Amino acid sequence: MNHNLFVVIAASAIFYGTPLFFAALGELLTERSGVLNLGVEGMMLIGALFGSWASQHVGGPSWFVVLASVLIGALAAAVLAAMYAVLAITLRVNQTVAGLALTIFAGGVGLSSYLANSWHVALRPTPHPIRKLDVLGLADTPVLGPLLFNHTMLTYVSWVLAAVGWFYLFHSRTGLRLRAVGESPQTADAMGISVAGYRYAHTILGGALAGVGGVFYSLAIVPTWVDGMTKGAGWIAIALVIFGFWRPELTLAGAYLFGALSSLSLILKARNVHINGSILDALPFLATIVVLVVMSSGSMRRRLGAPAALGVPYQREER
Amino acid sequence: MRSPLRFERRLRQPKWLSLAVPAGSLLAALVLGAVVLLVTGRNPLSTYHRILERAFASQSSLSGTLISATPLAFTGLCAAVAFRMGIINIGGEGQLFGGAILASWAGIALGDQPVWIVLVAMLAAGAVGGMTVALIAGVLRARFGANEIITTLMLNYIVAIFLDYLIFNSKSYWREPKSFGFPKGKQVGPAAFWSPITIGHTAIPRGFIVAVLAGVVVSVLYRTTRFGFEVAVIADSPGTARYAGMRTTRKIIAVMALSGALAGLGGASDVGDFRHVLDAKGLQLAGYGYTGIVVAALARLNPLGTVLVAVLIGGLTNAGYALQGPDFPSGLVGALQGLILFTAVAGEVLVRYRVRRAVPAPVSAAAAGPPTPPVRAGA
Repeated sequence: MNHNLFVVIAASAIFYGTPLFFAALGELLTERSGVLNLGVEGMMLIGALFGSWASQHVGGPSWFVVLASVLIGALAAAVLAAMYAVLAITLRVNQTVAGLALTIFAGGVGLSSYLANSWHVALRPTPHPIRKLDVLGLADTPVLGPLLFNHTMLTYVSWVLAAVGWFYLFHSRTGLRLRAVGESPQTADAMGISVAGYRYAHTILGGALAGVGGVFYSLAIVPTWVDGMTKGAGWIAIALVIFGFWRPELTLAGAYLFGALSSLSLILKARNVHINGSILDALPFLATIVVLVVMSSGSMRRRLGAPAALGVPYQREER
Repeated sequence: MRSPLRFERRLRQPKWLSLAVPAGSLLAALVLGAVVLLVTGRNPLSTYHRILERAFASQSSLSGTLISATPLAFTGLCAAVAFRMGIINIGGEGQLFGGAILASWAGIALGDQPVWIVLVAMLAAGAVGGMTVALIAGVLRARFGANEIITTLMLNYIVAIFLDYLIFNSKSYWREPKSFGFPKGKQVGPAAFWSPITIGHTAIPRGFIVAVLAGVVVSVLYRTTRFGFEVAVIADSPGTARYAGMRTTRKIIAVMALSGALAGLGGASDVGDFRHVLDAKGLQLAGYGYTGIVVAALARLNPLGTVLVAVLIGGLTNAGYALQGPDFPSGLVGALQGLILFTAVAGEVLVRYRVRRAVPAPVSAAAAGPPTPPVRAGA
């Protein structure tokens, strides 16, 4: 029963969707404050690298090493996001190009690869990978076991974050102010809300979440360091924010859809289904384009909910 | 949180800044790169010295630099023509692959024809290949408003997978049928080898000459024609352009086509000048498309400047290849390029604004008249 194709696909959709959701939720919070950060891919890779490094160098019981790896990966990516925030918020540079710069700087053939080579991170597999749990001993329950009770700790954290994110954005005072900053920074400023403060905080928080998504690659999915191992997941995460109408709960659903698409080629290959692998590999990227076209055209556009000031630097002098 | 800086928009942008800012950006990137090198326990001065030596010091290294610079000049032009209209085409990578695919097809099919015919055919095929890939994103943007940043990027991955498919995963026309072991591409015919033009002891790839010509053509197009004027208006104010009756949708498609064709020429040059085969792995490792964005940004989107900067960044790339090893890990060149892009965009701020230290002034004084001239910082 638990080896039924649909159950397997659903379970791996959740597994492969988890890092996508972390990165997408981070980008969502950043974009809600009006900052567009295209450096997600770079921040994920730096997170993955530092997570892998920490796993090899931190001592202690396994749970402690994993926790430290996740935190160190998140911190490293947050530092990159803070660099980006200085450029985008204080210096008001073109956010599109600066985000690209972040990905080129940190990305698969940039800093993450350089540091991995310098510190010899790639030479051995992660000693303390993130494992799937058997929650309450229910992992073998038909259908529900693989879907609900057999995931990594980070997956359960992501479910909590989706709920917290939804509550924060739509039912808390700070969330309301955050949305005000993203929709109309002039108004927010006039109300006495610190536009730059909110933007800095959420850009850095977004970086940390992207870093956690990266750690999931180097500690759970692969689990060792490979140059450029996120393979475009950061860019898919950016598209997921649009796909999820800038809402955490819809973004979670989108992440699982793309998780399913990313895992399809592995699952079908393991079952000796003969479909050309190249088509399956291209599927998540093709689907992203299709989704984007559907979301951008005609009547859908009005309901999108993109923050009105997204990507526009706020300049009080020119208010 | 109060910003410590104050930005005043410049009414006129001084000419000297357009040279001083890229130079300053480069210098700042080298300083930041030195920090990275120091942190990882390397001597920045000797590392930079080695890069400089391998990039420009000898005739042979200069030839290698020009080989590395050629695709970057094309992908740089690809980025520049699109960015100038505010179309963020970051698909130079996939568009270059598209050009390489069609150009190598022409090179294999026509490999025994006269040299000039093959050269022209490969260039045309390359341009068409790049244009085709770019037009997918261009039409989706113009017709449906689909964000071109994401679509061009997704197309990079899709074309890369298609490239792998042609060489590793199928029995395509491009794959060498007689190769045992590791699959590789079929070599183009003898006439499809573009022999370099030698001046002194420096070999200049034919593709580089095409790139210079392309730079001149783009420069004239954007400076002197109605097309170029409309592109500039659309970039500054899409609303104004629409009221003035400019056909924005068509222009998006035209600019994307031109942009893709330029990247495609780079793909043709990669096959004709350099690899003589459709090299799926080599093309993907090179990352020409992304580096092209760095080149265009550092040249401040000036077409002729782009070709010039391509030589500079090509030198860095070439030195990276030559020096790669245990004490010069891969990734260093990419990180330096990223830093250059960072400092280049930060430098744009100094061109557009006068940056001053914020002087906290009492509200009444500020309202009554201009405060005492603040200290000039930065610019």
